[in-house]
Amino acid sequence: MSALLLLEQGLNGLQFGLMLFLLAAGLTLVFGIMDMVNLAHGSLYMIGAYLMATLAQATGSFWIALPLAMAATAAVGMALEAGLLRRLYERDHLSQVLATFALILIANDLVRMIWGPQALLLDAPRALAGTIEIIPGAPYPAFRAFIIGVGLAVAAALYWMIVHTRVGALVRAGASNREMALALGVNVKRLFTLVFGLGAALCALAGAMLGPLLAVQIGMGESILIQAFVVVVIGGIGSIRGALVGALLVGMLDTIGRAFLPVLLRGFLSNNIADALGPTLAAMAVYILMAAVLYWKPTGLFAARG
Amino acid sequence: MALSRSRTALALVLAATIAFPFLAEAAGGGYYVGLMTRVMIYALAATSLNLVLGYGGMISFGHAAFFGAGAYAVAILAQEGVTSVWVAWPMAIAAGAALALVIGAISLRTRGLYFIMITLAFAQMLYYFFVSLKAYGGEDGINLVVRSRLPGLDLRDETTFYLLVLALLAGCLYLLGRLAASRFGAVLRGIRENEARMTALGYPTYRYRLACFTIAGGAAGLAGALIVNQHGFVSPGLLDWTQSGTLLIMLILGGVGWLYGGVAGAAAMLLLEEVLSLWTGYWKLGLGLVLLFVVLRAPGGVGSWFARGNARG
Amino acid sequence: MPVADLLLEVRRLFKRFGGVVATDRLDLAVREGGMHALIGPNGAGKTTLIAQICGEVAPDSGQILFAGRDITKLPGHARVALGLGRSFQITRIFRGLTVRDNIALAVQARSGSSMRFWRPVSAERALTHESDAVLAGLGMDASAGVAAGSLPHADQRRLEVALALACRPRLLLLDEPLAGMGAEDAQAMIGLIAQLKQRTTILMVEHDMDAVFRLADVISVLVGGAVIASGAPQAIRDDSEVKRAYLGEEEAA
Repeated sequence: MSALLLLEQGLNGLQFGLMLFLLAAGLTLVFGIMDMVNLAHGSLYMIGAYLMATLAQATGSFWIALPLAMAATAAVGMALEAGLLRRLYERDHLSQVLATFALILIANDLVRMIWGPQALLLDAPRALAGTIEIIPGAPYPAFRAFIIGVGLAVAAALYWMIVHTRVGALVRAGASNREMALALGVNVKRLFTLVFGLGAALCALAGAMLGPLLAVQIGMGESILIQAFVVVVIGGIGSIRGALVGALLVGMLDTIGRAFLPVLLRGFLSNNIADALGPTLAAMAVYILMAAVLYWKPTGLFAARG
Repeated sequence: MALSRSRTALALVLAATIAFPFLAEAAGGGYYVGLMTRVMIYALAATSLNLVLGYGGMISFGHAAFFGAGAYAVAILAQEGVTSVWVAWPMAIAAGAALALVIGAISLRTRGLYFIMITLAFAQMLYYFFVSLKAYGGEDGINLVVRSRLPGLDLRDETTFYLLVLALLAGCLYLLGRLAASRFGAVLRGIRENEARMTALGYPTYRYRLACFTIAGGAAGLAGALIVNQHGFVSPGLLDWTQSGTLLIMLILGGVGWLYGGVAGAAAMLLLEEVLSLWTGYWKLGLGLVLLFVVLRAPGGVGSWFARGNARG
Repeated sequence: MPVADLLLEVRRLFKRFGGVVATDRLDLAVREGGMHALIGPNGAGKTTLIAQICGEVAPDSGQILFAGRDITKLPGHARVALGLGRSFQITRIFRGLTVRDNIALAVQARSGSSMRFWRPVSAERALTHESDAVLAGLGMDASAGVAAGSLPHADQRRLEVALALACRPRLLLLDEPLAGMGAEDAQAMIGLIAQLKQRTTILMVEHDMDAVFRLADVISVLVGGAVIASGAPQAIRDDSEVKRAYLGEEEAA
């Protein structure tokens, strides 16, 4: 097990974790402020990726397509919120689960109708096609490094927004005590729509970043949605900080686990068993982590709600 | 009187269901016997979820785990040469119940959104577990070597299998009805209505919830044993969280908390799928719209339109 | 004073929530028999104290003893089995069930195991009879078959007390039983509690001073998370510190 390999997987874990954070941030805000389970969050991620692929194809430029895709997805998200989802805020969680699950079914078929069943091609921008040396002597794919940069920038921007702006204060107030925020006369409807739009934009960003690495296809939202939920649960509902910590934990554990657990197990188990057990444990590792966190802290690491 | 009207309706439905395979075979519609068997098996799975959700008040998003575990138990045993109904099917029930006991013991320490999420995550854990089980098919799943053997009956005959499934479904519905009316059922109802009050009356609510969850897991395991026999095949996809969602949808469509909610819902959804997919490949879109409508307009599900007085079984 | 006389003893109970100390090394002793009232201004920590006595909230330190037995670590439902019953400040009845079925759940809790899955509970005559007896004892038998949610507020509060009583508690904790009641209903409830005093020891949290001074044998005053005075009603009334901290506000208001 070379240190270089460990480093590379560590960076991959960081990259994946930061993308999970983009998804989890929007999700945890909606959970925390609007008290709503939104299973369709993964669908916004899918729509963002599809729009990005289409716009990149149409404009021929990754850089032009990116802000357009984010804006378009934010618009879709806000329209969805204003038109439909806001009726669910007052409803019980089961109704929210079912209604947003219905949206997944609808979104998947709509996407299939519009774009067809095959996966779409989304290429990384030519400028980032090569490798760079973050650590001298260790080349790392430039695009992945770029993703890490974007992720860190968004995390910093979100932190600044939450802590230092008035909107952020409103968000924080809403996350920890919705009734209080309402009582203080916050224009709740507008705040909710904006929060939702922000979450949708972040989904689109994640979709655009991950599209070149994973496939842009129907159902891509479902698999990553579960991981985003795990992050939110580990981090604590309503907490951006929790979402970041949770996302990094999950991203690292998943990536490094898959890469090294089988090898690690070979160290003290027979090769056959290690090879069989390794991938199994690696795949389950994240969920075991979540179960452990919830056992000791039933509301997550940094629960925002009092 | 309402009671005798619903008893008559029940008798009629039962008679029609028993007669169905014979009529269908005679009319050359052997395919439909298999379809209806599938409906009944999913009805059993949805009914087991009804115990957890409708009677127990727990929103579990990982119920497909127990369904899938039961199916895998039978398939794995068959691969190892154990095919007797008397061994394999109780093992499937035990697998479902044991998993439910473990998952429930941990999950029931949490509440609300966290409970939903943790049950979902456990189901995913199990999904990945079976995907990584290379010896038993991994991602591709395994075929059932041969249908379970029951001395005296040939379960390879579609009609025989159909009738056995019907008998099991009817039996489970009867047991559920008795459970709902029993002391245990009364406690579940109380916990659903006002858990803090139940604790203040001296009930260890965690234990009752866990017992309910475990029993439902066992029933789902039985349904799993039946589905693998019906399909001749099982893959990890049966445990995917979207399958848990499907079971929830069935229950909502049929009526949560109504004794026959699982049956009505499974029938409604599978038949809807069958009909819609004749017209269009986009039947899930139709299902989604129907579900959305039901959730927004009629939260008690289709069943509540039929069972106004009966709904809180 | 012999220890056996003390039904409930709270020793140096301490609870902090973040920066706020809700219970500050609180001592309380409740003798068996009669009515012990707990009064204090809003925010004094009465709710937190009740929550800790009943097992809803775990104290940071200190002890709670019931009939000489340390129950500090005992889960809430187990304390009920020992004889601790409570009514809630915000009504917690089973709205969807009939009044009789409400009480039946309480009776069922102490008459054998409920891990019974086969026999219909409606066939258990003993449960029904005892439920009806409890209701009759409180003058509520007329509404036995009515859905609890459709009762008028005062009757719901009565049912709330009835539920606690149906557990046959040695110590009945009443958390603001008169909350939200008009004058007439309050008088009726006071009459009811006066009757209950004969049957069981009561620890009552209340704001209604009229009720407190009419019913209580002992009054404890809770201010800032600690008991500042405890004794017979007249002594409390005359206590200058209490007057300053609490009753003075009442008289001014």
